[in-house]
Amino acid sequence: MKILYSGNEAIARGAYESGVLLASAYPGTPSTEILESMVQYSQITSEWAPNEKVALDVAIGGAYAGVRSMAVMKHVGLNVAADAFFYAAMTGSEGGLVIVSADDPAMHSSQNEQDNRRYAKFGRVPCLEPSDSQEAKDMVGAAFEISERFDTPVLLRITTRIAHSHTLVELGQRPAEVDQREPQNYHIDRTKYVMVPGNARKRHPVIEARVEQLARFGQDFGYNLVEMQDTSLGIVTHGIAYQYAKEVFPQASFLRLGMTYPLPPKLISNFAAKVDRLIVIEELDAFIEEEIRLMGISVEGKSIFPAVGELDPGVVRKCSVQAGLLADSSTRPSPKLDKVSPLPMRPPLLCPGCPHRGVFTITNKLKLVVNGDIGCYTLGFLPPLSALHTCGCMGASIGVAHGVSKAGIQQKNVAVIGDSTFFHTGMPALLNVAYNQSDTVTIILDNRTTAMTGHQENPATGRTLAGDPTWAVDFEALSHSLGIEHVYAVDAYDLEEVETALREALDVAGPAVVIAKRACALLPETRKTWIALDVDSDRCNGCGLCFRVGCPAIVRSDETDAKTGRFLAEIDPLLCTGCEICAQVCARGAIFTREQMVEKQEQAA
Amino acid sequence: MKAINFLVVGVGGQGALLASNVLAEVGVRAGYDVKKAEVHGMSQRGGSVNSHVRWGQDVKSPVIGEGEVDVLFSLEKLETLRYVSMLRRGGAVLVGEFVIPPLTVSSGDDDYPDDAAIAGVFSQVTERFDFVPTLGLAKAAGSSRAHNVVLLGALSVIIDAVPLEIWLQVIAERVPKKYVQVNQKAFRLGKEIVSKDD
Repeated sequence: MKILYSGNEAIARGAYESGVLLASAYPGTPSTEILESMVQYSQITSEWAPNEKVALDVAIGGAYAGVRSMAVMKHVGLNVAADAFFYAAMTGSEGGLVIVSADDPAMHSSQNEQDNRRYAKFGRVPCLEPSDSQEAKDMVGAAFEISERFDTPVLLRITTRIAHSHTLVELGQRPAEVDQREPQNYHIDRTKYVMVPGNARKRHPVIEARVEQLARFGQDFGYNLVEMQDTSLGIVTHGIAYQYAKEVFPQASFLRLGMTYPLPPKLISNFAAKVDRLIVIEELDAFIEEEIRLMGISVEGKSIFPAVGELDPGVVRKCSVQAGLLADSSTRPSPKLDKVSPLPMRPPLLCPGCPHRGVFTITNKLKLVVNGDIGCYTLGFLPPLSALHTCGCMGASIGVAHGVSKAGIQQKNVAVIGDSTFFHTGMPALLNVAYNQSDTVTIILDNRTTAMTGHQENPATGRTLAGDPTWAVDFEALSHSLGIEHVYAVDAYDLEEVETALREALDVAGPAVVIAKRACALLPETRKTWIALDVDSDRCNGCGLCFRVGCPAIVRSDETDAKTGRFLAEIDPLLCTGCEICAQVCARGAIFTREQMVEKQEQAA
Repeated sequence: MKAINFLVVGVGGQGALLASNVLAEVGVRAGYDVKKAEVHGMSQRGGSVNSHVRWGQDVKSPVIGEGEVDVLFSLEKLETLRYVSMLRRGGAVLVGEFVIPPLTVSSGDDDYPDDAAIAGVFSQVTERFDFVPTLGLAKAAGSSRAHNVVLLGALSVIIDAVPLEIWLQVIAERVPKKYVQVNQKAFRLGKEIVSKDD
């Protein structure tokens, strides 16, 4: 029986069926659900690591110890893990090593749309790309076989539309013998695994020769599919782009590359020789196209299809019509939207009750320059808060803030970073602040979870990926240990407390840390504490201060103030969690507090 | 077996995902090849969300191209408009009568389009356009949260090749046990209201 699996669930299943024993990852869209799904297979040790480099080192350790191991990350995570990726490419391993990179064309949830096939070539590591969930599952097995046969890590590259699309999958079984084996004797081979210059020089020719061998292997690799039909057009494609191309060109001849690095020259030249016109349909970079051109074969690709954003059947069709590859068969008029245009946007927002909202309300009040980081709080850059002024990558906030402080500016400047991001790459930067002594104030937004990617555990939550209790880091003790003398812990919902601590932290000489604690409003245990607030319409005069905190639960009512003529505020009881941040900014005490709401309810009863 | 492309749209938190999961599974049980595509991540609560569901004999792309949607299934009125370019000429549109004002509307900076304007835009592409009182019927069934299942009921009238038992079975498997009856009732109410129109 076939069942609907997302690409991510399929990869987890593939790991299970391939006898993987160890998997490590840092959560990141669109890769997060791979480990969340993997943890259901109790035979596999599945872990969240503090960052992708640690995750990959862990997987490399497992592979050195002779067991099939996997590291999983989003595309930019491989930047963090790149150092480990390159040494693993040099050493190879005893057991299979597969690295999953989930790329994000169109940047649905990322700061860039880098094409990680480039890493495969950069590191001389083979790259496999599935076109649906069935292949995502099965290619995990193929990747481990290649890894072990050629003594190389393998990059399994997926994109958002593979990761988050559901297609039908036929399940297989896990080989029983994997889970019955005894611990192996650790195989010591210092010349292979100690990458000092003398050993590394010996390894480099080996990995160059490995690329040649892999290119020959690709000639007969089962996932490099040749489908000869009408030979007037030959399409070379890969991954999800294969599905789009098949839909638009059901009659054309195809070379679908399941391994996009290294490419098999003979297979490509044979295919090219059989077709009249050769084109490449690939998402993002002209990676395949450039490789084919280097073989001296003439080919078209990015002159027809965009190198920016996602493809889809509509884009492929439109570009193909423009290039004369297809007749224009569209009969559909474009409907005019003039009466309703422009449509109001609906961008992602800080949720009602989000503890970050109060901190940004105060940084705005104090007119601070805010160096931000990656997490839900990045959304604080949007109006009406507009409270975040830089954000580049994971962990950047503290280093950037230190640089700004050292450069010297008129305003005060702070770093704002979430709990999980702080562990990821913020800690070394805070150590730098302490070591080189700047006046940088670091605000750690401790909401007790990795919220943005959907509530994953982290080293401060006291739970592992499997839900087992574990040691929980103490931010105050940690900050002190790194060398920060002035550390303030505050309740992120208490605006006065946040403001007092922040003012003091800004005033003291030398670095300071403010830990703004409050659990994410959407955590199951927090949901139990929700109480919807209400506006006292007798007191509200429509001044609009509460609108400026940017809470979706505060809306404009139809009622106006008799004197000012301005619309009064109203609270949506279905959305409000009762965080009281609006009540604290209201100058007229026109928003009932939680306590008052409880009293009102008791009176009504 | 005719291929059908569904686009499920709404606002994060409304239950668009449950609706598209049910729709995909119903397709599988009815013997179709099925693919489904959506995007997770970023704080989707309150944001615009969509899910592509395709039934066919041999579905290639999980994503539907512009102008190729057969059924636009919308849980929120304004969101329907965002996807008008996706609908094929003569495609069907089901719009839940559910309004969630975006922040810029609540703050008074933008206007929420009225029903006539929404219907007017779609009249340029299709005659098959229906508002469905999803929220009212869901409340009548016992829970406003079941508004998405009301719209599935309305959809089942368009997709008449699928036996009713499959719909009810899949819904029963996908909603919390104590809400199965409420949701099955919501489904029937949605089905009846569209049937009456015909």
